Amino acid sequence: MTDEKVIGGIKFGILSPEMIRSMSVTAIVTSEVYDENGLPVEGGVMDPRLGVIEPGQRCATCGNTLARCPGHFGHLELARPVVHIGFVKHIYDLLRATCRKCGRLKLPQEEIDRYLDLYKRLKDRWPQLAQSLSDYVKRKAIKATKCPHCGEPQYKIRLEKPTSFIEEGPLGRLWPNKIREWLERIPDDDLRLLGYDPEVARPEWMIITVLPIPPIAVRPSILLETGIRSEDDLTHKLVDIIRTNEKLRESINSGAPEVIVEDLWELLQYHVTTYIDNEVPGVPPAKRRSGMPLRTLAQRLKGKGGRFRGNLSGKRVDFSARTVISPDPNISINEVGVPRDIAMTLTVPVRVTPWNIDEVRKYILNGPGKYPGANYVIDPNGRRIDLRFIKDLKAIAEGLKPGYVVERHLIDGDIVLFNRQPSLHRMSIMAHVVKVLPGKTFRLHLAVCPPYNADFDGDEMNLHVPQNVEARAEAKTLLLVQEHILSPRYGGPIIGGIQDFISGAYLLSSKATLLTKDQVSDLLASISYEGEIPEPAILSPKRSWLGKQIFSLLLPENFNFMKEANISSGELKCSDEECFWDSYLVVKRGKLLLGVLDKAAIGAQKPESMLHYLIREYGNTFGKEFMDKAFKMFLRFIEMRGFTMSINDIVIPREAYEEIWQVYEKAKEEVRKLIEDYQNNRLEAMPGRTLEETLEIKILDVLSRARDEAGEIAVRYLNPFNNVFIMARTGARGSTLNITQMAAMLGQQSVRGQRISRGYRDRTLPHFKKGDIGPEARGFVASSFVKGLTPIEMFFHAAGGREGLVDTAVRTSQSGYMQRRLINSLLDLIVTYDGAVRSTYGELIQFRYGEDGVDPKNTSFGEAVKASRIVDKHVGWKK
Amino acid sequence: MVKAHKFKVTDHELVPKHEIVPVEEAIKILKELGVKPEQLPYLRASDPVAREIGAKPGDLVRIIRKSPTAGRVVVYRYVMAG
Ligand SMILES: [Mg+2]
Ligand SMILES: [Zn+2]
Ligand SMILES: [Zn+2]
Repeated sequence: MTDEKVIGGIKFGILSPEMIRSMSVTAIVTSEVYDENGLPVEGGVMDPRLGVIEPGQRCATCGNTLARCPGHFGHLELARPVVHIGFVKHIYDLLRATCRKCGRLKLPQEEIDRYLDLYKRLKDRWPQLAQSLSDYVKRKAIKATKCPHCGEPQYKIRLEKPTSFIEEGPLGRLWPNKIREWLERIPDDDLRLLGYDPEVARPEWMIITVLPIPPIAVRPSILLETGIRSEDDLTHKLVDIIRTNEKLRESINSGAPEVIVEDLWELLQYHVTTYIDNEVPGVPPAKRRSGMPLRTLAQRLKGKGGRFRGNLSGKRVDFSARTVISPDPNISINEVGVPRDIAMTLTVPVRVTPWNIDEVRKYILNGPGKYPGANYVIDPNGRRIDLRFIKDLKAIAEGLKPGYVVERHLIDGDIVLFNRQPSLHRMSIMAHVVKVLPGKTFRLHLAVCPPYNADFDGDEMNLHVPQNVEARAEAKTLLLVQEHILSPRYGGPIIGGIQDFISGAYLLSSKATLLTKDQVSDLLASISYEGEIPEPAILSPKRSWLGKQIFSLLLPENFNFMKEANISSGELKCSDEECFWDSYLVVKRGKLLLGVLDKAAIGAQKPESMLHYLIREYGNTFGKEFMDKAFKMFLRFIEMRGFTMSINDIVIPREAYEEIWQVYEKAKEEVRKLIEDYQNNRLEAMPGRTLEETLEIKILDVLSRARDEAGEIAVRYLNPFNNVFIMARTGARGSTLNITQMAAMLGQQSVRGQRISRGYRDRTLPHFKKGDIGPEARGFVASSFVKGLTPIEMFFHAAGGREGLVDTAVRTSQSGYMQRRLINSLLDLIVTYDGAVRSTYGELIQFRYGEDGVDPKNTSFGEAVKASRIVDKHVGWKK
Repeated sequence: MVKAHKFKVTDHELVPKHEIVPVEEAIKILKELGVKPEQLPYLRASDPVAREIGAKPGDLVRIIRKSPTAGRVVVYRYVMAG
């Protein structure tokens, strides 16, 4: 039994030369790495005492084999000390704050005593205040021009980036050995006041005299196929350092001129600096022969692929898969379609019991190559048997006893985690139920596209298989898709109808939709409906059912709901039950009596909708069932009817173009007059605006009215019940503005909210006269997409379009960084059992979560209880 | 000479009500919240409101303010030096 130890804290310090020597197993004395036989040289950077590298070998230091040998440090005695690049800032501060002669902090003794007393009291309770006290003391000491202790006059010290210190006084260039002597003189108490702990961080240790040589395990050499050995970047750098060090020592010993020694010293400083950090500003990075900069110590830690972000906060994992996604409206929203190839690679460990032994045997008999099979068997001793290499699967199956673990293939009904990056909110990872399907893509129901923000233009997603019961239980109860239909972002369904679901719902529920018995049967069969077909709404001349009737079969019997539909606007506007246009939704006692289903009723990301209240009042399981069935029915109907969009839906006759042309001419004339007024000083400035701004605003106003008018003309000539209009009005896809731009006029193109004005001197393009500020010269596009754009219009459209692309690129990077920072600061906060928000240190962040303790997921628009809905719910049918 | 009018931040309608909590009550509140004083959010003694109500380091200050979600909210601040 080994002793259990608890980590009380971690203290960081600087290695002293003595410490480096005492933890070293050998001094590195030569720059030779391998001898002529290809064996590592003793005293070189690959010295075998630094640790085992090949399996089967025993370590020359600790006697362990590869698996157990921790690796051992060596050390290199530098011929002359060098500055550690990571401590330059500290060295600079200490040199300026202390006396050049006696090394004391340049403050009177009584001040030091007073501050030190205050510092000691602050340190434990208010570490941040102690830090700012140290900073204050340091700044004050730097200002002193004469040492209060020995009276020595002080000189300004300059830091010549990156590592040279120069005293503007008798000492001149401060070489590292001089700096080290200076720092050695600073007494411990003065250092404490400056925030250093001299026990573990004496400042002279910031000057490197002995360099630790890391074990080979952290810089392994790679054996290429050609048999050539390729060394790690760190090893290369270490050889450079050792070689320079040898040369420096030789030239010192041979009494070479000081200039040569100094040159070599500087070179040694360069190599040690880039060994520690190869991205120091002002230092040319050390390169490999191929020109690639070396990845030295700091680069191993820093940045995205570094040790922290790449290996500690984030890791590569087993039991995961990634592939392209594609849509499948026939599976449940809770499901994910998994390609068979993936299902045969990912496994679930099953512990063998008397109750499942027969089932598990079948998997083993199928083996790794036949679905559904198994890839591994683990016996009670923990031995792992790879079924790929077993010829006699039968023997393994027969030898199976309770206590074995079988890693079987993924099968229908398994629970997995499904994820799409960027994982911006909690719905970016949800648990799905596996459905193994042919093909090579993951399939997901279209209604779960909004929470993942997924589409199918090549998006890929990741899948993870939980490996134990707790993880599966947690996934099932907390992460399952149906538990996330309602979003905490705005308290409404984030999973719901999109695009064709909405068009289909509208068409099915429209009062013009009459269904024959065959059609009704077809629709009900699509959702495997088992029950009575209701009485037809129309008995003669032919028994016909309303779409509303069929949809009502999916509603709970006591459900009441009323709301304006999305199509309720303009001429079709209705705000009560007296509605001719079918644009007011009325559900009484589970029967859809009036109104069409559109985005306002079943749409995703629409709070306060029928869907929202169905889920709130009948639960997530009902919500899932409802969506699975209703959406399938809507799609079946849209398939029966047929739904498309064609150029004919947006082409307008010649007369319409002439009308639009007149509108445009009129607008141009108005703009011309405005410009004339402006030039003749007749234009009156709007409050708070310059004359120029006023002119721009007025022009923009005239032109945007022209476009609206053009749109209205186009709409007048188009069939308001064509498929494009259906999509726009129901909220399925597109808007009236889109239709206007396709059929009538694109309108003003803008960059930064302004008409396009830059390009050449006083004009946007050389096609215009200088100083022309008319509509065409400033990016107004009078053509429609159907008619086609002129080359100049096309240019302006591209300029406006470019801005959108740049904006998204900039926004994603900025919001990504903000997200990282927010997550890092908030990730450990928890809501404790008293409803308060606390950090892991027990600090109170919020006295009550959100101040009201309400989960926004279970609210409607932030209100925990909505009285009017409670009334509607119970007596709504009476109204 | 006209005496200059002294501006009081506590008179401003956007500054919520601050009051110093008596020691006995403060101990009770800390016990109820299950925290040490340093685990509460801080209020600097140099904060204009703290100066006006005369809060000293070590005091507990109760702030009663309006909240968009909960209507009226009571929170506490531990006064620190600075
Ligand atoms: Mg995409
Ligand atoms: Zn070893
Ligand atoms: Zn001195």
